[in-house]
Amino acid sequence: MLGYAGKILYLDLTIGKSYTEKLSEETAKKYIGGIGLGMHLYLTKSKKGTEPFSPENPLVLSVGPLTATMFPTGGNGHAFISKSPATGGVGESVSHGTFGTELKRAGYDAVVITGKAEKPIYLLIDDDSIQLRDACQLWGRAPSEVEDAIKEEIGDFYVRVAAIGIAGEKLSKIACIINDKTRAAGRTGLGAVMGSKNLKAIAVRGTNDVTIHKPEEFFNLVKEFHERMKGPATQKYRTMGSTENLMQQNSMHCVPTRNYNNSHFELAENISSTVINQHFVAKIIACNSCAMRCEHEVVIKDGAYRGTMARIEYDNLWAFGPNCGVDKLNSIIKAAERCNYFGLDAQSVGGIVSFIMDCYERGILTKENLDGIDAHFGNASAMLSIIDKIGKREGLGNLFADGVKVAATKLGDKAEQLAQHIKGLEVTGYDLRCLKTAALSCAVSFRGADHNRSGAVTIDLKGKVDRLKAETGRGKLVKDLEDQFNIIDSLIVCKNAKNTFYKDFEEMTKIYNATTGLGITQQELETAGERIQTLAKLINIREGLTRKDDTLPWKVMNQPITEDVPAKGAVVTKDELNLMLDDYYQTRGYNKQGIPTTVKLQELGLSDYLELTETKEA
Amino acid sequence: MAKLHERKFVSADPEKCVGCQVCEYACSFGKERAFNPTKSRIRVIRENQINNIAVTCRFCEAPACVAACPRGALSQAVNGSIILEKENCTGCGWCIAACDYGAMMLHPETKTVYNCDLCKFRTDGPQCVKWCPEEALTVVTSDVLAQKARLSAIKKLFQTPGKTRDHQPKEI
Repeated sequence: MLGYAGKILYLDLTIGKSYTEKLSEETAKKYIGGIGLGMHLYLTKSKKGTEPFSPENPLVLSVGPLTATMFPTGGNGHAFISKSPATGGVGESVSHGTFGTELKRAGYDAVVITGKAEKPIYLLIDDDSIQLRDACQLWGRAPSEVEDAIKEEIGDFYVRVAAIGIAGEKLSKIACIINDKTRAAGRTGLGAVMGSKNLKAIAVRGTNDVTIHKPEEFFNLVKEFHERMKGPATQKYRTMGSTENLMQQNSMHCVPTRNYNNSHFELAENISSTVINQHFVAKIIACNSCAMRCEHEVVIKDGAYRGTMARIEYDNLWAFGPNCGVDKLNSIIKAAERCNYFGLDAQSVGGIVSFIMDCYERGILTKENLDGIDAHFGNASAMLSIIDKIGKREGLGNLFADGVKVAATKLGDKAEQLAQHIKGLEVTGYDLRCLKTAALSCAVSFRGADHNRSGAVTIDLKGKVDRLKAETGRGKLVKDLEDQFNIIDSLIVCKNAKNTFYKDFEEMTKIYNATTGLGITQQELETAGERIQTLAKLINIREGLTRKDDTLPWKVMNQPITEDVPAKGAVVTKDELNLMLDDYYQTRGYNKQGIPTTVKLQELGLSDYLELTETKEA
Repeated sequence: MAKLHERKFVSADPEKCVGCQVCEYACSFGKERAFNPTKSRIRVIRENQINNIAVTCRFCEAPACVAACPRGALSQAVNGSIILEKENCTGCGWCIAACDYGAMMLHPETKTVYNCDLCKFRTDGPQCVKWCPEEALTVVTSDVLAQKARLSAIKKLFQTPGKTRDHQPKEI
């Protein structure tokens, strides 16, 4: 079982004790690693109905079998898994950079953290030495500052740090966990779970060897993938970056603009990838082991925000740009930087700012509610003020620091119609009204509104299907992609490099076997992808999520696209959604209520969890 | 007669290096059959997000490591490479302190010092250079390095047409 470290670390912060357990070959083959292994550990080590912020709620950190090897993009990922404070279901977020590599070399495939420390601490994993160290001095500081301070304190420049910011400390349900300064395990509010444990940061240093089963085959694959990474498969990410999506999607009218009031941003040219690359990109850097490098590091060269550095991708560009009606790149970059500073999920923050602006323009919120801020769409300084208040949970931040779902519940019915979220997680930059495969994918996504649970949005955008049509068959498309994405997130390879797997499962099996020597078949890996999906579903079922939660935001279902384009009038109607849900559930082997059938669970080797579905199956 | 091109070393272009650490993996696997940056002869530094570079032994003309070793364990060959007599090395680390580039390191297992040897026992040359996805690493002599610098300066100069004529008096 090479590739794997072969050990899982369990840690109870309340009593300050840790122990390790062996990772069995069976578990490794069944759940692969990353989110698969993480969710397996979560489900077995947590109890039904545990509150996300209770000390009993485990926070799992995991890496994959390829982590800390030279396989391009395979070397660098890690995942956090817990119960999401935002959705109440399974929370999962993958991040890249260099943090995961150290954890693998320290000798662990996963760390399961329970309990709550008496006072702020940080966890130092230095090979076999596990220390809980005082973090009172670090409390209230930004993740990047914490990283520097810990390196200074330990006296080791190569220690890698994942930390929360003030938002996580203050239990904001949109808080993230930042590693390597600009990288975030962003979605589902796991930073707040860390904060609830008084755990400011996890610092890791590992010095063990990572070896592989078949070096010759492994290096042949590395060579092949290095070449592919220089080719068309990754061209967008390597050159202009994912921000290129903006102009492309804008021409198709599928950029949700001003909180879904429009599907086209008329000022997009001012913030296009061309402008970003010409005026702001200082360097494109790489994560560990990557041969394509795509991290567009931008720096503001002049003006009030001179010296601000952040990473800009389509997702945060959209969140603060079109979504808030802002066309000033300086402010968008500043907003991204502030999110890193406070440890906030930029996509969710963009979602809440645009929600506030929408409410303000419709008179649901007034200046008095908003500490005197004139929150019109397009007001960049208002956007930045709101972010600061949410980050610090000051003034209006109290109401909005927990995301749009919580805020809308407090503001009433009208506001709830404006809250663009699924299961409590804010939507991302793809107009689901006219991307119907993506709409299904987001509706059934186990972590809430997110395009990254399957690449279904690509099918729509590339015209492989009629994106305006909801029809039988989309269920199978989404299912296949989900299974594939589950394996991507479990091996942990990078989704930006997914196109380099020309024959996805076949090649993933090859690299898995060359690394681990476990000799699984392609079929077994595909089944693992399906198993991981159903495992996540089981967690959600246990925590009380039902078919009703597999839905879409109100505006997606009720407010048609108004612009005079082919997509004019597009919405996803209730009937369309139901049609696609039925189709999807049937393809997955779930019943009409979205509950996995006994037969399916047995087929996937998940019979241990039959009790979770038995009462609901009828 | 002094040979101009004798002393070769691996040099990283800071413009091209993206901090991916592939060189560390290639080096440690080539040398030790394991992925482990703490055993790599070349190390990547990310000073901040936009300042990345890989550093390894430059086989100095007057190597401070050799001068610093009180036990005479280090010497320099004609071609510039640093030679260690393992039995004389106690792992005291004076050479590590003396090297301005952090190119001398103490091996975590053998407890003797080690540095880059340009993969001299391999037919396909330095592994870091072979695998660097950005082609940021090259085996150079200081003379070639200077030639490259001159070339790139000239290229920059002629990048903008007419730039060289900027200093001519303009007609009013």
